[in-house]
Amino acid sequence: MPVSPAVELSNVWVFFEEKAVLSDVSLTLESGGTLALLGVTGTGKSVLLKVILGLIKPDAGEVWVEGHNLTPLADADLAPYRRRMGMVFQEGALFDSLSVFENVAFPLREQGMRDEAAIEQRVREVLGFVEMEHAIDKMPSELSGGMRRRVAIARATVSQPCLMLYDSPTAGLDPVTSHTINVLLAKLRDLNSVTTLFVTHRLQDAFTLANYVYSPETRDLVPAGSDGVGRAPVHCRFLVLRDGKVYFQGTSLELARSEDLYLRKFIA
Amino acid sequence: MAEGAIGGYFKRRVLAVQEFSDLMGNALRLAFTPPRYLTDLLYQMDAIGFGSLPIVLLTGFSMGSVLALQTYRTLANFGEVGLLGQAVSVSFVRELGPVLTGLMVVARNSSSIASELGSMLVSEQVDAMRALGTDPLRKLVAPRLYATLLTLPLLVILSDIVGMLGGSIVSVYTAHLSAEQYWTAAYQALDSSDVFQGLIKPVLFAPVIAVVGCYCGLHTSGGTEGVGRSTTQAVVVASVLILVLDFLITKFLIGIKFA
Repeated sequence: MPVSPAVELSNVWVFFEEKAVLSDVSLTLESGGTLALLGVTGTGKSVLLKVILGLIKPDAGEVWVEGHNLTPLADADLAPYRRRMGMVFQEGALFDSLSVFENVAFPLREQGMRDEAAIEQRVREVLGFVEMEHAIDKMPSELSGGMRRRVAIARATVSQPCLMLYDSPTAGLDPVTSHTINVLLAKLRDLNSVTTLFVTHRLQDAFTLANYVYSPETRDLVPAGSDGVGRAPVHCRFLVLRDGKVYFQGTSLELARSEDLYLRKFIA
Repeated sequence: MAEGAIGGYFKRRVLAVQEFSDLMGNALRLAFTPPRYLTDLLYQMDAIGFGSLPIVLLTGFSMGSVLALQTYRTLANFGEVGLLGQAVSVSFVRELGPVLTGLMVVARNSSSIASELGSMLVSEQVDAMRALGTDPLRKLVAPRLYATLLTLPLLVILSDIVGMLGGSIVSVYTAHLSAEQYWTAAYQALDSSDVFQGLIKPVLFAPVIAVVGCYCGLHTSGGTEGVGRSTTQAVVVASVLILVLDFLITKFLIGIKFA
């Protein structure tokens, strides 16, 4: 029996008033794969992520996640599917009034978990994964931009989703912190086999995640296939949006070798 | 061109009324099905009810005193100073208590609800909540609505009491009435219809105060500047609606000869 793709969009259109924000967008992301979504500001990348989560309903077309058509479902019926997806918003979108612990525990409580000891254990485990356990009692306002993203990643992954959506996870961060976030994305993808879809303006981040894997030995990124444990190369595809339309879909090599003037300008 | 713009304006207003009614109806209905956020409800009751107590008591006391001072001057002209307790208690219980308390709670809470939810919206916290499988209507709107519904009538009762207390102090020290004379007149003047009218108003004001704040907050657009606009809009709309609603309730109760 063929495995359903993790995400499949077919001919999706989204209009904001009269303006088409997404025009006839179709894409497929296989389970366990990585998709880098590129495009200039205002081209519909964040909208696309929200369409996959069901936060924005497409005006036409269909959205399938793990073989389920989410398009006709009401908000309340989408909850079980959303819990299988994790989303990291651009600025983290941590709840200001809750501490780091409460932010990360939030999804667990919402899913009906009542055992406080089990909640604390899981929260500490996931904060340890993003190396933020020391900030467990802090409030979001006390965290730096990079720390907020890491806590947001912890919150999104605490329920062990099989699909992670990242909206510009390194936007506005310095190169060192950006690298830390990239390592974290690769760690999550490679150790937990999480399907990954990320939006980025930084082509360098996309190429890094396409060509490098996380090595538990060095606790850093190493070129794909060379980490000494026979890890297969990353199945990463690139998708470029232009004015809400899919302008390019392919591998990093195809993108790098493209002669298209817009893409050349984009990757320059 | 102008006709289109006017038509568009009215369409948006009608749509806003429809969305507002939907929001109120859904938030009221959600209390009857799980999950319920009791901790959030208690937190909001503390923030809205207990938090509004100082300003409500201060306003009530101040207005009761001023009402007694002003009424005393008029009654003294007719040699009816003994009716001061009656004038203060009836005015306060039927009208001033509910309306002043409503307006104070609007100023303090509709604005804070709109700014809090507006900030959450523009920083994508509301989307994050939905992404985590939580219904913002249940988590954010319903607790604020029910907290206002449960605490506003209590605030009105306390405002009535301190208003009459303020009136009694003025009566004793300015009008030279005995406290017993004042409180007897105040108590005897009130009947069940006055109390009913005084308590039905906050029950009907409360959903307006909470839902206008939530509606304006959840319809914020334009970043942090939009949050400021939503906050102002919430206070203006809720205040006007309270005054209109007060007139309609009073007119209705007089119409059915209940008041």
